[in-house]
Amino acid sequence: MRFSVVFLVALRALRRNTMRSILTSLGIIIGIGAVIAIVSMGNGTKARVEAQVAALGQNIITVYPGSFSSGGMRGGFGSSATLTVEDAEAIMAEIADIDGVSPEVRDRNQVLANGLNWNTNVYGESPDYPYIKNWNVVQGAMFTEQDVKSLAKVAVIGKTVVDNLFPNEDPIGQTLRIRNLPFRVVGVLDVKGFSLFGSDQDDVVIIPYSSHMRRVSRRTSISSILVQGASAEKLDVVKQRIEDLLTQRRKGREPDFTVRTQEELAQTATETTKAMTVLLSCIAFVSLAVGGIGVMNIMLVSVTERTREIGIRLAIGAHGSDVLTQFLIEAVLLSVLGGILGILCGIGASELGSIYMGFPTLIAPWSIFVAVGVSTAVGLIFGFFPALKAAKLDPIDALRYE
Amino acid sequence: MAPVVQIKDIHKIYDSGEVPVHAVRGVSLDIHKGEFVALMGASGSGKSTLMNMLGCLDRPTRGTYKLDGIDVSALDRNELADIRNQKLGFVFQGFNLLARTTALENVELPMLYGRTRKLSTSEIRERAHHCLEIVGLANRADHMPNQLSGGQQQRVAIARGLVNEPQVLLADEPTGNLDSKTSIEVMGVFQRLNDEGISIVMVTHELDIAHYCKRNLILRDGVVVRDEAVANRSIAAVELAKLKSAEAAAKLTASPAAH
Repeated sequence: MRFSVVFLVALRALRRNTMRSILTSLGIIIGIGAVIAIVSMGNGTKARVEAQVAALGQNIITVYPGSFSSGGMRGGFGSSATLTVEDAEAIMAEIADIDGVSPEVRDRNQVLANGLNWNTNVYGESPDYPYIKNWNVVQGAMFTEQDVKSLAKVAVIGKTVVDNLFPNEDPIGQTLRIRNLPFRVVGVLDVKGFSLFGSDQDDVVIIPYSSHMRRVSRRTSISSILVQGASAEKLDVVKQRIEDLLTQRRKGREPDFTVRTQEELAQTATETTKAMTVLLSCIAFVSLAVGGIGVMNIMLVSVTERTREIGIRLAIGAHGSDVLTQFLIEAVLLSVLGGILGILCGIGASELGSIYMGFPTLIAPWSIFVAVGVSTAVGLIFGFFPALKAAKLDPIDALRYE
Repeated sequence: MAPVVQIKDIHKIYDSGEVPVHAVRGVSLDIHKGEFVALMGASGSGKSTLMNMLGCLDRPTRGTYKLDGIDVSALDRNELADIRNQKLGFVFQGFNLLARTTALENVELPMLYGRTRKLSTSEIRERAHHCLEIVGLANRADHMPNQLSGGQQQRVAIARGLVNEPQVLLADEPTGNLDSKTSIEVMGVFQRLNDEGISIVMVTHELDIAHYCKRNLILRDGVVVRDEAVANRSIAAVELAKLKSAEAAAKLTASPAAH
């Protein structure tokens, strides 16, 4: 029997019971829809996290000071004051494949301006900082290398600080006071929003690291060194070179620093989303299996109901394989049509989710292919047993069946 | 000429139950081309079992069955299916048409399962239509079975049986579900087909229906107890005319003179 004919016969059989076919497919529709929606939400979240990580800057290597230990008592990570500006300068001068370096000094200070005051992060950085962090100065300009050298009292500030200290005016050229020292605002940074870890990244005042060390915090060591690698491929090599250089600079003393890359951070951040997606996908696949059982159930009913029809077909010359194919195609059609509707529902659900509930969604093309594949497989697997039952019927018994 | 059906001492024993049932106990039978045989017997006489074996739906426990020169007693399930498809036509008591499928599509069905002859879609359609014409239902081709009367449904079934040009048309109580007038009409169709040279074997328990055939076989307890040619064979056309005038006399239908 020609395949196209079997296909037509199967389609006709499904159409005879439109309502039942739709209800049977519902299990598959829900299953596939759930898979598509969940994967697209997981994907969207992943993309958002990746965007946030990218917003932190790309190919960044950070050098942290090691932990200090004294007489057996060990401080925590980054507790020792062993990184110096010289370390940062050495990295800049001696290591290839890097695009920028910023020695960082960080603390919190009460900042005053305009008769208002605000407790905020005060970062000492190099002029490379906006470039490394992929963070544009939207108003005014970043301070320069010259400002670093001259310990200039200039500041570039974040949006939150602008809102709190200069609510209704242009902050450029205004003065703010850190520890009673006047700093002139030369730039305003673009809005960056909250970080992956929930802190307000715009709540910041950035000043030259030299000014921070000499005028504000009066320290000789730095909190960390931010290094911009030239390319993602060479990041590990650069990391290794930094470790070697700093070890060499320690002249045989135990290494008192840690070097980390951005990827390690990004990995941790995406790990959670991934776990969530896997978990939810498992649930969706369970519902798909339940849908498959629904298909099997209805196909069994259908085989019983149409025993006489099967008897007629066998009597007039159908082979068992013809009957098997017919019922298998019916089952596959049921589940694939369900799958297609499910894909549409899933896309619809994820769209609604992103419009009304603000879920970031991104429909993954592969998930659609997988959905079609899986629904075909469900039809084949769960349709096989009923189809086999039909194919094995004895024509005499089947014809006599009431 | 070799007989179309050649049965030698076939037995059928069912041992599915506690006691083996010996349903057919050594039947030998030759049916030649152009014969019209009625197979009769009380229930339990083995006529259905014999019919199933004739129809290649069941295999004999012992003995040989040659259909059109082919020994079918040794064929497997699929080979039997092909034999049924190519050499046999079936007409059942309950019509057994596919529901919600047009008359034409029902008639097409055996051709769809044909493996030896590959026909194009238009050829299939044409032949199905031709067979419906033979049974006088060309104008009902697009009707569903539930839109047809019993007699019409049975004629569709006959058309389906004919469509692959079988060696033998097997009919299992074809008039069992029909009233007497429709039965005669259906027998008329069979007689016409037989006159054109088609061999027919039918099971019936009605003596007057058997009278339309050329040869009557009586089965009892699994053996043939009587095998004779029909004398004074009924002719459907004549019987129908008789019935019509009787009906007219009884005012069941209007007489042609009244109009």
